[in-house]
Amino acid sequence: MERAAVLGGLRAPLRWALAEVVELLPETERVVSLVLDVPDWPGHLPGQHVDVRLTAEDGYQAQRSYSIAAPADGNRVVLTVERLEDGEVSPFLAEYLRLGDQFELRGPIGGYFVWDGSDGGPLHLVAGGSGVVPLMAMLRHRAASGSTVPAALLYSARTHGDLIYREELDRLAGEEDGLRVAYTLTREQPPGWAGYDRRIDGEMLSEVFGGPDPAATAFVCGPTRFVEVAADGLVGLGYEASRVRTERFGPSGR
Amino acid sequence: MESADLKLDGNAPGGELREIFCAEMTIARSTCAACGAVREMAELTVYSHAPGTIFRCRSCEAVLVRIVRSGERIWLDPSGLSCLELRTPGT
Repeated sequence: MERAAVLGGLRAPLRWALAEVVELLPETERVVSLVLDVPDWPGHLPGQHVDVRLTAEDGYQAQRSYSIAAPADGNRVVLTVERLEDGEVSPFLAEYLRLGDQFELRGPIGGYFVWDGSDGGPLHLVAGGSGVVPLMAMLRHRAASGSTVPAALLYSARTHGDLIYREELDRLAGEEDGLRVAYTLTREQPPGWAGYDRRIDGEMLSEVFGGPDPAATAFVCGPTRFVEVAADGLVGLGYEASRVRTERFGPSGR
Repeated sequence: MESADLKLDGNAPGGELREIFCAEMTIARSTCAACGAVREMAELTVYSHAPGTIFRCRSCEAVLVRIVRSGERIWLDPSGLSCLELRTPGT
């Protein structure tokens, strides 16, 4: 699917559709992936998101944005949701949903935080927590399309158990097709941990990405302060600001 | 919760913007009427915890766009922008 077709075709109004849960995949203790069937889904690009709307019996509505976790595949849309302790929407999605349940969704949305491989340059990804979700859609698309574009992911999480998609990421990195994956665990590391054990800084970014490549596009996704630190760090290393694309989410975000 | 946690960007409100403009607005280029900074809307600072959505300039912090909704109505105040550049469909 061409990027232009997806973005240009979005001149149509955005409509709410009824998504049905066809598979539930536990990812970590607090994170689950929802595989949804969305009738007449127009397709999407890696990095795009959807709006989810829940309506209570009394008519009260709550709406949130969630990144799509996998590339386009017919009517199949995969969301990965982290349960937030005081969340209004995420506990319902991450804990109470059952197979066959339905909820309202609209999308795909977004054209800025999108990568489909068409610009050819190296892909430098920085993820904080569940900010890995849209980046995973890019890496899954890269793998599925047989791309050998050099790519690197630096993924920061609190503990080893909080790393989403860890087995799949390790497997993708083991394909030796030009993808490197580095983790940093900021709160607690398992015995013998060989990855980083601190918050992201300029030195770590420089080690993982090997200095600024003018052809590289960087995508940074995570909580606001994480994104600011990582994006400022990349610009400090010499990345052009326009090639550092950012997506922030807050406490009411996902 | 600190205010830094509430500061988002123009990616998340992409759906709300499309509802109003019927176009993918995260890649629309905005010009700040106060300082002249040109950025894609996704790059703007956004606060959406208020009863509306506020877009601010990432360079000078001026309020660029305000969107408030109530029931079946939407109020759009774009007076902080001097220009908005959209892509025509199919390009």
